[in-house]
Amino acid sequence: MSTQRLLTLLGLTLGVLLLLVAPFWMSKYQLYVVSLWAVMSIAAIGLNLTLGYAGQVSLAQGVFVGVGAYTGAIMTTNGMPMAAALVVAVVLCFAIGWALGYPALRVQHHYLAFVTLAFSTLGYLVFRNEEWLTKGIYGIVDVPRPMLLGVQAESNLRFYFVCILSLAIVSFGVWWLIRSPWGRAFVALRENPIRALSLGVDTRRYTLMAFAIGSCLGGVAGVIYAPLVEFIDPSPFTLDLSLKLLMMVIVGGSGFFAGPYLGAAIAVLLPEVLRFTEGYYLLIYAAFVMILMIISPTGLLGILDRYLTARSTRKASAARAALSASFGDQT
Amino acid sequence: MKQVLKVSNIVKRFGGITAVGGVSFEVNEGEILGIIGPNGCGKSTLFNCILGQLTPNEGSVHLDGQEVTGLRPCDLNRLGVSRTFQLLQVFPQLTVRENLILSGQEHRGTMGSRLFGPRDAGLSEEADRMIGFFKLGHLAGEKAGGLSYGQQKLLDAAMAFMAGPRLVLLDEPAGGVNLTMLENLKERLQAINAEQGATFVVIEHNMEFVMSLCTRVLVLAEGRVLAMGTPAEVRANPQVVEAYLGH
Ligand SMILES: Nc1ncnc2c1ncn2[C@@H]1O[C@H](COP(=O)(O)OP(=O)(O)OP(=O)(O)O)[C@@H](O)[C@H]1O
Ligand SMILES: [Mg+2]
Repeated sequence: MSTQRLLTLLGLTLGVLLLLVAPFWMSKYQLYVVSLWAVMSIAAIGLNLTLGYAGQVSLAQGVFVGVGAYTGAIMTTNGMPMAAALVVAVVLCFAIGWALGYPALRVQHHYLAFVTLAFSTLGYLVFRNEEWLTKGIYGIVDVPRPMLLGVQAESNLRFYFVCILSLAIVSFGVWWLIRSPWGRAFVALRENPIRALSLGVDTRRYTLMAFAIGSCLGGVAGVIYAPLVEFIDPSPFTLDLSLKLLMMVIVGGSGFFAGPYLGAAIAVLLPEVLRFTEGYYLLIYAAFVMILMIISPTGLLGILDRYLTARSTRKASAARAALSASFGDQT
Repeated sequence: MKQVLKVSNIVKRFGGITAVGGVSFEVNEGEILGIIGPNGCGKSTLFNCILGQLTPNEGSVHLDGQEVTGLRPCDLNRLGVSRTFQLLQVFPQLTVRENLILSGQEHRGTMGSRLFGPRDAGLSEEADRMIGFFKLGHLAGEKAGGLSYGQQKLLDAAMAFMAGPRLVLLDEPAGGVNLTMLENLKERLQAINAEQGATFVVIEHNMEFVMSLCTRVLVLAEGRVLAMGTPAEVRANPQVVEAYLGH
């Protein structure tokens, strides 16, 4: 257990240091890629809450990123501050996510996946067809970057720090949530909803909350995504994005706190690293995912977790053996 | 004597099968009522109807004179009624202590205080007391999924007591538990019954367990009440002997 804590602490410190120092040596494009990683991590963290912790499958996380992005783009191009857009997007996504949770009260697993898939398609159609609001396929251009605490975050470097700071705030919030009784209730909901219900856990409310909060984070990601790319049209918000986010959660390790960061890193950074393979990137990624799912359905962190559990079990049984030996073996 | 639970004429049909065909009984405060009967006679279905896991086709359930028929299990639980299931139901990925904290946390505070309040909802001490009480001390930090079957069964029962319920329905608590553990479990139940005045309804096939634990026994056969009385009366009832207890 303490080894795990030490490793976590070490990894965390190194990661944070790297994220704070490295950008000063990064090119414009590299800054963009790491900023995108931060944004996608936020969306994946939301999905990890819904799917990984609370066990509710959703193929619609991309829609919420879209809702956030459009809210941000529309409001800020009309002269409103990004903070206001953030509030509106959060409220909007919370409400839509809550509503999307209702089917989950009746159906589960692949049926729920289908319901959310249909919603995903619906969302995309709204982005594309409601031109009066979204400008349709022409998109919204020149989404401005925000003014934060009196500092104009116009440059790529400054906006990078906006992305990283947002990720930090979201991470803290979700970390808090998961460690609170809510997190425990989410896990109970995932593992055995009937038993949870019999123990006073209002599974209906927690299911809806899991959807609403997870969707909110999708919206938050979208609000930051819009000024990052500075141009919003419907094409990034197809089912493809929802599937990518799902992949991030599953590859990283669904239900592990660090899963989404890792999954998003693989999905966003790997194509860059594998650029030299030219057209073969997707092939390699697909093969990697297939092999990973065979070895470890709980993702990359599942492998680590199993290793650490095996080690602590070995240690514990060794301790027990030593104990029983010292008592002249009464057990 | 105060009546805690009143079950009136519960009927539950599954398609053409009548699993429970009009069962009525009452349980008084501090009692330990045993329910026995052959496999498939409707015992678990009866529990599910009483506790809201299933909606009965007919009949009603009263708790302290208040009608609670059709209430959701979580609401019923918060009124002080808890249960165990026939099949073992702990949360394997949570530790023993967390299983217990979970079992009590929804009885405290509000959604808001559970989000912003302490991580253990102030239940660590209570959980540790329960762990000690059920002699699971050395396992407190282990994931429940790693425990032996008997240990999980004890944890399962402990979870039902975590929120200090007044009425507990146990579906085959002794199933698959070895003799030493069984004595342990029986002692625990008797202690909680005596100290907290908790009322129990226990489904069990283990006759010795039922006869030594329960104050009254209800015998079900094919979804109906065959007999009801003290353990001695039930044991002496010729119908019961023929239908269930055997030769
Ligand atoms: N969900 C269900 N759907 C259809 N039939 C059911 C369902 N649950 C129970 N039954 C039927 O109802 C009858 C009573 O089942 P129940 O589980 O209540 O028996 P039981 O007395 O608890 O038996 P056991 O001692 O084996 O646990 C059985 O015939 C069973 O097949
Ligand atoms: Mg049964």
